[in-house]
Amino acid sequence: MKIEHVTEPSDHLFRREAGRMVATLTRVFGVHNLALAEDIVQDAFCRALEVWKFRGVPENPSAWLMATAKNRALDVLRRERTARTFAPELGRLLESEWTVAPVIEELFGANSIKDDQLRMMFSCCHPRLREEAQVALMLHILCGFTVNEVASAFVSRHAAIEKRIARAKKVLGASKKLFDLSGAKELSERLPAVQRALYLLFNEGYHGASPESAVRAGLCQEAIRLTTIMLEHPLGATPATYALAALMCLHAARLPARLDAAGNLSSLFDQDRSRWDSQLMAEGQRFLDASATGPELTEYHVEAAIAWTHTVAHRTEDTDWGGIISLYNTLITIRPSPVIALNRAIAIAQHEGPARGLEEIRAIPDCGRLSAYPFYFAALGELELRSGRPGVAGEHFRAALASARNPMERRFFEQRLVACQVTAPQDVRA
Amino acid sequence: MSEFVYLYRGGDSGRSPEVMQQTMQKWVTWLKDLGQKGHIKDQGQPLEPAGKLVKGRSKAVTDGPFAEAKDVVGGYTLIEARDLDQAVELSKGCPIFETDGAVEVRPVMKMNM
Repeated sequence: MKIEHVTEPSDHLFRREAGRMVATLTRVFGVHNLALAEDIVQDAFCRALEVWKFRGVPENPSAWLMATAKNRALDVLRRERTARTFAPELGRLLESEWTVAPVIEELFGANSIKDDQLRMMFSCCHPRLREEAQVALMLHILCGFTVNEVASAFVSRHAAIEKRIARAKKVLGASKKLFDLSGAKELSERLPAVQRALYLLFNEGYHGASPESAVRAGLCQEAIRLTTIMLEHPLGATPATYALAALMCLHAARLPARLDAAGNLSSLFDQDRSRWDSQLMAEGQRFLDASATGPELTEYHVEAAIAWTHTVAHRTEDTDWGGIISLYNTLITIRPSPVIALNRAIAIAQHEGPARGLEEIRAIPDCGRLSAYPFYFAALGELELRSGRPGVAGEHFRAALASARNPMERRFFEQRLVACQVTAPQDVRA
Repeated sequence: MSEFVYLYRGGDSGRSPEVMQQTMQKWVTWLKDLGQKGHIKDQGQPLEPAGKLVKGRSKAVTDGPFAEAKDVVGGYTLIEARDLDQAVELSKGCPIFETDGAVEVRPVMKMNM
């Protein structure tokens, strides 16, 4: 006997399906029964693992998993309908043997499943939760990351993340009902929080402290996937969501080049631009075009435009720095932040020389908040080095080294430190 | 060539969907590889973890599981190998060891010795 189908399930299939199944089961059981939904999903994976390893992966693994979850849900509903209360909005439909099967059939249909994920996304962004809790919850529930995996993605301690997720689940469970997508007003009120959480999720992958490039790429991919789900809903597909999707794709396009052949961190200026992902660039461009409607200019629009300006330059020296500076000027009025001010100063240095860049960095209002951010010192070091003061530059790179968050950053700053020593005393230009 | 049965006992890959998928893929790869080398007589079947136990003269029926979770047989495969040593050697590639499980290798009794 041989394995019938040798179809390889796609990467992270279980993770993705975990999110879909939990979202749909929670819709059926009610948000207070989230743990029950999670148990059924776990059970479905156990079955899949046992059966597939002997008989091979079925033609349509997603449908297999969803059908298994559906059957278990029906069992639970029949067995426990007197002992438990389920989704209040479905009420009596789940109580009668006549209606339970057709209702379940409908709830597990392709269209409702899509909405379930969106509903869960909005539910996770409950206003009583802090942003970092919202992000952790989304990653846990919708992306199938275990507490351990969330902790390692965020480079946090297991106990801290466990507490954060447990508390967030409690808030979610106490909210009685999942978010109601049919209320257009409520939906557009919560939309910015959801966009922000997705943005933070993406950023954690792109700029986060995790040294492992696979983790980073995974988080970015998840953020893009969830944003795409939002774009499929008429009320979620706002210009700001398109801009968010654009900025994610345009940044993610550069991910393959962030590490050089030796596995070292490579700055935007030195990246091998031929390794940028052209498909993601095209996708980003398409989203950016779609975002250019309506009167609202969000931070996502501006960030996407900055990312786009970088991707269209074939070489660093072809970059339209003037354009980028004026985009940063806009961005800083929408969302004033020292990190954005720092990036603006770097762009000014590219355009008008290192002295101007240093001047701008020193003028950042609350640059004290940057003192834990290694790239603040690295920027100072870089500009001092370019100004011919390798000694001063070295001190800054040493400070960057001291606040480096992972071995990759450490290696990067060490190399810059070596560059300072090589160019040491001889060239003392002004 | 002689026949052997692999009985898979225990093995828990935890709650991570990602890890479970990887475990599943390793099994598929391992069994496929054994098959291509001509060692598989019957790929076998997974077994439900719980069932009934019928026991004794009185044929008393009780609910299973019948052993500690780590000892429950989760499935079997019928293997062809030169001898017990080779069957044991081949079993060492089984992904079950990564999840703290065990493979019991049992020769099938021959009819005509």
